[in-house]
Amino acid sequence: MTQRMTDRFAKLAEENRPAFVTYFMGGDPDYDSSLAIMKGLPAAGADIIELGMPFSDPMADGPSIQAAGLRSLKGGHNLPKCFEMVRAFREDDNETPIVVMGYYNPIYQYGPEKFLDDAKEAGIDGMIVVDLPPEMDEELCIPALAKGLNFIRLATPTTDEKRLPKVLSNTSGFVYYVSITGITGAAAPEPDQVAASVAHIKAKTDLPICVGFGVRTAEQASAIGRAADGVVVGSAIVSAIADSLDDGQASATTVSSALDIVSSIAEGVRSARD
Amino acid sequence: MSMQAPNSFKMGPDNEGQFGIFGGRFVAETLMPNILELDEAYKAAKKDPEFLSELAYLNKHYTGRPSPLYFAERLTAHLGGAKVYFKRDELNHTGSHKINNCLGQILLAKRMGKTRLIAETGAGQHGVAAATVAARFGYPCLVYMGAKDVGRQSPNVFRMKLLGAEIEAVTAGAGTLKDAMNEALRDWVTNVKDTYYLIGTAAGPHPYPELVRDFQSVIGKEAREQIQEMEGRLPDMIIASVGGGSNAIGLFHPFLDDDGVQIVGVEAGGLGLEGDQHCASLTAGRPGVLHGNRTYLLQDPEGQIEEGASISAGLDYPGIGPEHSWLKDTGRCEYVPIMDDEALDAFQVLCRTEGIIPALEPSHALAEVIKRAPQMDKDQIIIMNLCGRGDKDVHTVGAALGMEL
Ligand SMILES: Cc1ncc(COP(=O)(O)O)c(C=O)c1O
Repeated sequence: MTQRMTDRFAKLAEENRPAFVTYFMGGDPDYDSSLAIMKGLPAAGADIIELGMPFSDPMADGPSIQAAGLRSLKGGHNLPKCFEMVRAFREDDNETPIVVMGYYNPIYQYGPEKFLDDAKEAGIDGMIVVDLPPEMDEELCIPALAKGLNFIRLATPTTDEKRLPKVLSNTSGFVYYVSITGITGAAAPEPDQVAASVAHIKAKTDLPICVGFGVRTAEQASAIGRAADGVVVGSAIVSAIADSLDDGQASATTVSSALDIVSSIAEGVRSARD
Repeated sequence: MSMQAPNSFKMGPDNEGQFGIFGGRFVAETLMPNILELDEAYKAAKKDPEFLSELAYLNKHYTGRPSPLYFAERLTAHLGGAKVYFKRDELNHTGSHKINNCLGQILLAKRMGKTRLIAETGAGQHGVAAATVAARFGYPCLVYMGAKDVGRQSPNVFRMKLLGAEIEAVTAGAGTLKDAMNEALRDWVTNVKDTYYLIGTAAGPHPYPELVRDFQSVIGKEAREQIQEMEGRLPDMIIASVGGGSNAIGLFHPFLDDDGVQIVGVEAGGLGLEGDQHCASLTAGRPGVLHGNRTYLLQDPEGQIEEGASISAGLDYPGIGPEHSWLKDTGRCEYVPIMDDEALDAFQVLCRTEGIIPALEPSHALAEVIKRAPQMDKDQIIIMNLCGRGDKDVHTVGAALGMEL
């Protein structure tokens, strides 16, 4: 784990509250608005930032994140700009862990080694690469761990007893439990089932378990946060950004809409263990 | 790139599902258990005499196999060079080679206890074949089809509906085959337990490229026997069109270790390779990762996938099955582009010399035959995979030729 990640989870444990992990798409709808949102996230209650890297063919994402990726690409966003955003963010905040999330092909074209070096240099703590299961660990996971970066893996309701050890091996930072079988932004998870699954995974690892996919409201976040070490919210933030746009462009309310929903869900997360 | 030649070109994929660096299993974790389950099921099925005999029975009595190997006498005379033979998979039930794969996979789905089928389609030939086997085996079937393709392949959309399938027009991206495949994968990620994803070409995560190839290899196995019966020897050259690569690998695979057989795959060159109006992933693309496998892809310098373009909806895919990528890099097979207008010319030549209306996909292979045969000796032999009939394309061809239908 990177020091930032270790410190953050230690602090959360001390305060006895789950982490609030916020996902948004870098470059959506443009670089400046997106950086402003990112800079506002910690004050709005985000404990860990997941920064989306756009891909033309996001096979595990629902319509709202697909659309965000296309807006971002249309605005000319790419990996160098993603690193630039992180460097700009780190000028004021060297504590909030940043995890980049995306698909493998843009990384593969950039060059996996160069990607890892540049990510580390920019101040990124880890990565989630949706289409790299443990079977493909040689591609990026092993080199990332060797450089001291976190490789965060998704565990899902289809990850059975036999497969769980494989998913947990080489995972670092935290485990991202995908609470539904499906794409981002789909059905809401069932808190009781999530609690059981989290307990099940916890028996096999010391890593924190963050839960996401389908969490949209403060109430849901609060219910999930009772059992999990962290709650991930993405589509709800991305949708708020989309709803604020004026003809596809950022409006005066784009940044505040994103941060308002983060603040309101943060209250739910913070009250989870009251 | 050229690598050291392996002892056999037929051994792949390896245990990781890779052909050299190509192939693999680049999928979301939710799908991994399914992919592994499919791999197990297929390994068992291909050793099970009952499975194989049921497939052989259906191939014979339902599809009409073996398809004829036909000596195209007038075309040969017209070209004045090598003898041209057609492997006539366009005579199959449903009108193309796609049925070979669908029958194999529906039997697998049944074995695995799956109760719902999904499929992606471009030209609609695979969608029709999938809808056909779904009807034959009593499965509900949902076919994802790019909205643009729904428009340009309307006869096939209607055929699928007649067969009881539901069609979902995909508007994401450019609304073509790659977007339909994304949407099918999203469906599968959501409905992992009961759903069987019937992929239509020799691409996708392992084991699809392997099993689709195996089910399509009936084409090459038959052709290899038939030509020896008819000519007493193997051909000098075999040619097929490549979209995702299933009809081509089906013809090629049984010949891969026959040194004397030259193998040529034909990609859609669209309006030319200079711009982005083509689908020549092997000739003009670079290795990358999409739809579960590493393979040659049309993509921009930053790894964003580009839309292909071709007059033939069935070749309109920015990727290619991973085994073809490997066969290209090892140098065993050669891949060349054919432009839209060359394919259109070839289409018309075949109509008039042989009385066969071909699909636009094999018309690309035919255009390459038309270039090569005259350069070869009269005692040389070419086999071309005539993998689909052209009924579905008459509107497209009419429009391209400026004819009012
Ligand atoms: C007649 C025909 N040929 C070829 C193709 C291309 O697919 P493949 O390269 O998998 O054979 C299609 C696809 O729809 C088709 O309908």
